[in-house]
Amino acid sequence: MIELNINGTPRKHEGDPTMPLLWFIRDELNLTGTKFGCGIAQCGACTVHLEGQPIRACVTPVAAAAGRKITTIEAVHEDKAGLAIQSAWRKLDVVQCGYCQSGQIMSATALLKSNHKPTDADIDAAMAGNACRCVTYVRIRAAIHEAAKTLAA
Amino acid sequence: MAISDRLGSDHAAVSSRIANVSRRQFLQGASGLALGLYLGPAFADESTGAAASVFEPNAFVRIGGDNVVTVVSKHLEMGQGTFTGLATLVAEELDADWAQVVVEAAPADAKRYANLLFGIQGTGGSTAMANSWEQMRKAGAAARAMLVAAAASEWKVPAAQIHVEHGIVSHAASKHQATFGQLAAKAAQQAVPTDVKLKDPKQFKLIGSVKTPRKDSAAKTNGSAMFTQDLRLPNMLVAVVAHPPRFGGTVKSVDMAKAKAIAGVVDIVQFAGKPGVFPAGVAVLAKNTWIAKQGRDALVIEWDDSQAFKLSSEEIFTQFRELAKKPGLPAHSSGDAAKALTASNKLIEAEYEFPYLAHGAMEPMNCAVQLSAGKCEIWHGEQLHTADQGAVAGFLGIPLENVTLNQLYAGGSFGRRANPKADFVLEAVAIAKAAGDKGIKAPIKMVWTREEDTRGGYYRPANLHTVRAALDASGKPIAWQQRIVGQSLIKGSPFESALIKNGIDATSVEGADNLPYAIPNLQVELHSPELAVPVQWWRSVGHTHTAFSTESMIDELATAAGKDPYQFRRELLAKHPRHRGVLEMAAVKSGWGTPLAAKAGVKRGRGIAVHESFNSFVAEVVEVSVQKDGTFKVDRVVCAVDCGVAINPDVIKAQMEGGIGYGLAATLYSEITLKDGVVQESNFDRYRPLRINEMPLIQVHIVPSAEKPTGVGEPGTPPIAPALVNALFAATGKRIRKLPIGTQLQA
Repeated sequence: MIELNINGTPRKHEGDPTMPLLWFIRDELNLTGTKFGCGIAQCGACTVHLEGQPIRACVTPVAAAAGRKITTIEAVHEDKAGLAIQSAWRKLDVVQCGYCQSGQIMSATALLKSNHKPTDADIDAAMAGNACRCVTYVRIRAAIHEAAKTLAA
Repeated sequence: MAISDRLGSDHAAVSSRIANVSRRQFLQGASGLALGLYLGPAFADESTGAAASVFEPNAFVRIGGDNVVTVVSKHLEMGQGTFTGLATLVAEELDADWAQVVVEAAPADAKRYANLLFGIQGTGGSTAMANSWEQMRKAGAAARAMLVAAAASEWKVPAAQIHVEHGIVSHAASKHQATFGQLAAKAAQQAVPTDVKLKDPKQFKLIGSVKTPRKDSAAKTNGSAMFTQDLRLPNMLVAVVAHPPRFGGTVKSVDMAKAKAIAGVVDIVQFAGKPGVFPAGVAVLAKNTWIAKQGRDALVIEWDDSQAFKLSSEEIFTQFRELAKKPGLPAHSSGDAAKALTASNKLIEAEYEFPYLAHGAMEPMNCAVQLSAGKCEIWHGEQLHTADQGAVAGFLGIPLENVTLNQLYAGGSFGRRANPKADFVLEAVAIAKAAGDKGIKAPIKMVWTREEDTRGGYYRPANLHTVRAALDASGKPIAWQQRIVGQSLIKGSPFESALIKNGIDATSVEGADNLPYAIPNLQVELHSPELAVPVQWWRSVGHTHTAFSTESMIDELATAAGKDPYQFRRELLAKHPRHRGVLEMAAVKSGWGTPLAAKAGVKRGRGIAVHESFNSFVAEVVEVSVQKDGTFKVDRVVCAVDCGVAINPDVIKAQMEGGIGYGLAATLYSEITLKDGVVQESNFDRYRPLRINEMPLIQVHIVPSAEKPTGVGEPGTPPIAPALVNALFAATGKRIRKLPIGTQLQA
């Protein structure tokens, strides 16, 4: 049995320990904001935080998260940076289809937590693993700058 | 909610979650998170909208005692902003407060919800706003008139003296005022007006405004938006499928032993394909997606490839090249191009090559199905709502009215969820049917992995174009003869009679057969070879290739004539003011003609292209920097768009940004290649999406217009590829004629 902490709630997994965390979160806990896009860590739609660091849940075995804190999109607003990112996303209407945006927001939040004033180059480096086929990148960049401004204020 | 009754309370909760995605978003917005404060008197209690007080003047508007205005969207929201656009049209004429408006997806129903340009309910061809422009405004205006009539009767004042603004109905002299919610019950008793007067555009408050934020932003930023992938019905099983590696392959034998041994695998079903529609395959059913996938991967299948398609991409293009040497069917003929070409002593010839392209929506194709006693209920994000409904009814041999479709958000589509043959929908139904035959009554959600999505066919067809053109002594083009070789994406579909005339598939030649430039002798011919690779429309359809060949060739002619590519186009567009309008705007806004800032060791260049698609006009100027090794960066794209009245300028800008980026990925990297019939790309590692570090600066300018609104979902895409290769030519003198560009400049 594996014990995990998801969004502050203790959870237990009794099945296959090699199952990617993504499917535990989505199919066992029904927290479906975290998305499946590629299954091979190429698109970032499954990004969640493991102890505050962005990880690709589609290639992270449940066992690797044992005893550690996981945060998903459903709880990202509880963090100051997460709330700033979420609000900026809404203010600038970043989303189109929206399917990748949970992952984008998780990566952007992690960036802002470690770097309060990211440059365009910092954003490119932190966000290049999150693909958006609607190509909302112009607004993602602007929204991260916007959130940084809000946090600094 | 008879459906909910049948499936039980869990399902009712799911239904309510879906129907109320926008509703909840509204409530969150009202709490001050995003949409601003709205403190209407009775909005907060979801239960107050008792049936008696619900005012539903038509199929598109519903106003409850809770003061919530629900707009019913007959179109799919797949990212393009339809929910927001349709709601804007209703809210404008209703004089509603934007914050009180929520959007709900319509069920499939051709009678109430047909696309007025298609005759069936369908979302595609960038038509959502164009076909709804009057219909949705009239729906809002009718509701407003009935609210006013109710107030006039209640207050015993003349209707003409009643004012409606921001969702408040008032009468100044008597100081009466009421919310829509307060008037709903009485409004429901008023006669539905047969004719309503629409606003003069000068009175528009929401149309053209930047104060109408997207209705789906909140739900799509907190994880609550419901996509098919997220749907969970009581007892639902997930189906992960194995498809034949080659198009037209079938199952010879399956060894299911290893898969069945995996804990959690519920059952395994083999299903027959429908030739030319969806493939035969094997589906593993489990409660959990991961277990179903483990089971699928453990299947040992021997495929029968005896009837399968086995050509490689090079062989396909060799066939196309042979065909291009022969005259095709005439798609357009004016003047005498052959004669003019023979007479000219300044002939320019070129061949342009386009690969198959997968749509690559972020949400891989999927569909949930519940079969029960001669009925079928479906959940997914469908573009061809009632065509899918009809296809399912036909496949199961049940009446149309026994097929219910629930429209969910689609995680991208780009045309893929508009399969004229309902391929993956029918596959999901076939799996549910095969499971039902084994006694499994649970709802089935079929999910493709990224690999099935990429290898599943229904690609933008590969194409080969040849163009021969001639200039006269003064450098003006006098003849243009174009041959297009590519599979028809309409043949064999229900749209054949509407879109194929005299053997010409309109979607194969659109954008070439109506070349806007003043060229007296123009001939466009078409070859439509039949291959077993399934093909389908892909964001901007035929324009994906015709814009490239025509806007590349016109650039080549400008070079041959020794003229500036912008001025050359401009002079030839005298009779096409809207083309010329966007061309001039893009040129002016980009500083065309002024030198680009020099960078040491870097070649810089600017390219331009203009193209009309879906009745909208778009011009783009691209600026590039090319390194010595041939690698390059797209620095900036300046875009000008004329789509008639700009209903929501911010959504239009977003669609241009996205359309350009989507086209850029394809121009730079994307190709589906076949080797002995097997698709070589399977995931985003080899079928590359554009990344944020590759995204240029994009500046969008909208031409002010009083024309009827036209589409924006697709028209941003066609000009980017030619504008980019024209910029690369300006920078390096090298002309790229084969897509994707890949490493061609590095050779």
